[in-house]
Amino acid sequence: MNNLLLQQTWFFPNVNWSTMWEATLETIYMASISLVLTFVFGILLGLLLFLTDTGNLWENKGIQTVTAAFVNIFRSVPFIILIVLLIPFTTFIVGSFLGPSAALPALIIGASPFYARLVEIALREIDKGVIEAAKSMGASNRQIIFKVLLPESLPALVSGITVTAIALVSFTAMAGVIGAGGLGDLAYRHGFQRSREDVTLMATIIVLVIVFIIQFIGDRLTNKLDKR
Amino acid sequence: MISLTNLVKTYHTRDGQVTAVDSIDLTIDEGEIFGIIGYSGAGKSTLIRLLNMLETPSSGNVMIAGKNMNHLSNKQLRKARQEIGMIFQHFNLLWSRTVKENIAFPLEIKGVPKEEREKRVNELIGLVGLEGRGESYPSQLSGGQKQRVGIARALANNPKVLLCDEATSALDPKTTDSILELLVDINKKLGLTIVLITHEMHVIRKICHRVAVMEEGRIVEQGNVLEVFKKPKELMTKEFVKQVTEPEETEEALKQLFKDNGIGHVLQLTFVGGEAKKPLINTIIKSYDVTVNILQGKISQTQNGPYGSLFISVEGDKDEIDRVQDFIRGQQVEVEVIHGE
Repeated sequence: MNNLLLQQTWFFPNVNWSTMWEATLETIYMASISLVLTFVFGILLGLLLFLTDTGNLWENKGIQTVTAAFVNIFRSVPFIILIVLLIPFTTFIVGSFLGPSAALPALIIGASPFYARLVEIALREIDKGVIEAAKSMGASNRQIIFKVLLPESLPALVSGITVTAIALVSFTAMAGVIGAGGLGDLAYRHGFQRSREDVTLMATIIVLVIVFIIQFIGDRLTNKLDKR
Repeated sequence: MISLTNLVKTYHTRDGQVTAVDSIDLTIDEGEIFGIIGYSGAGKSTLIRLLNMLETPSSGNVMIAGKNMNHLSNKQLRKARQEIGMIFQHFNLLWSRTVKENIAFPLEIKGVPKEEREKRVNELIGLVGLEGRGESYPSQLSGGQKQRVGIARALANNPKVLLCDEATSALDPKTTDSILELLVDINKKLGLTIVLITHEMHVIRKICHRVAVMEEGRIVEQGNVLEVFKKPKELMTKEFVKQVTEPEETEEALKQLFKDNGIGHVLQLTFVGGEAKKPLINTIIKSYDVTVNILQGKISQTQNGPYGSLFISVEGDKDEIDRVQDFIRGQQVEVEVIHGE
């Protein structure tokens, strides 16, 4: 056991553990803040997409088309290009385009449309009969949204946010390349550019661990919520 | 309680206009169980949804409990809907909620305080016979139990009217019977007006007081259930009545049975109410020169009284058989010759 530990330390000679830890915290910071906001914006956009569609509560062809176009455009732009395109916007909002906080606008704008589509799919899965039943009981649109649509689609919303969270972790790595910090930045600048493969490897392992943890929590939560 | 005047619903489809409900006039009295029967596509589903404005009428009026449903504001309509319960073929329960939470749902919508909600939910669970299942999720229940939850949910706000949209069509015959019994029970206990749509005549026979037969968006015949069974006028109605009496199957079975000798005349007698008690066959044998053979008999209960059908074969002189038929008609019993001249 002791021997094994020694081998491991020998195996990552260039890893500065305190820098690695700092980078991990930056990645977690970027991913979690952007995840919370992506959840909020994604649900709002997804609801808008669903509700304005033909035959639904707020049927409105104009809003539907505009929202769908917005979502499709921002979902299609490659993330690395999106970051660059958003530099003026980021500078305006955050005051700088460097550092972990500066990555947030791009992360949120990149991930929200993606999650919005997942939300829309989740809402479409709800049996129309259940919505009709709620209407027949005199429910208002607000009550239908908060008491029927969101609770009934909750497992799908959670499994969707799990997928989105994992995408966000990989987005943060890309954001790192343009100076946002985090594990991607560390792996690229300290690992790749200085040919220290052990640093890249360690950063990758930590990213994988984060992804596994997210997937594990997401799966557990989805199963617990799903009463079908 | 409910009155529909000149009610029309047309849809615009790619193939042009479709009239789902075509100038319907209908009155349903307080406390009665009113059945609407028709094949799929007859417009009955649209009709029942026009009652609580899940579909908006193209023209005509819907009056329920003195309210003109078409002239309500959104808010008033929501309030009016709280007084009209509805149950569905596929139950439409919220799977994310337990039985208790499902039943509490309409109470939450109405804004009933939590304590009162719990009290009411427990009452309803007792009323529909779901004691001990309150904490289960719908996925853990059988079809019949799900429909009981649906009924409890529909009754939560003490509605004046209960709409049943093919409520038993997804259930097996035994479960169907228990749900129908529950509906009759509720109708008697609470004096609730029940409107149900179905394509099964035995549902009508078992629980309805009056029935309307729908075809292509129109009501082709309506009346007291017993009367309709006794004297169906329209072809469509006769077809539905046959679902219960099954004369075709009887004739088929008889043909097999009397393959060699021939059957002679087979008459179907339809008794209604007290007539079933008269010693009709005895009188025929004593007074006419015919041989009577009883082939099959069946008595069914309807909400307006018993309804019996009897298949007999009569052999003898043709004129004598005609006289027998006249005699039977004279006794206010319906006769139909289903085999022989």
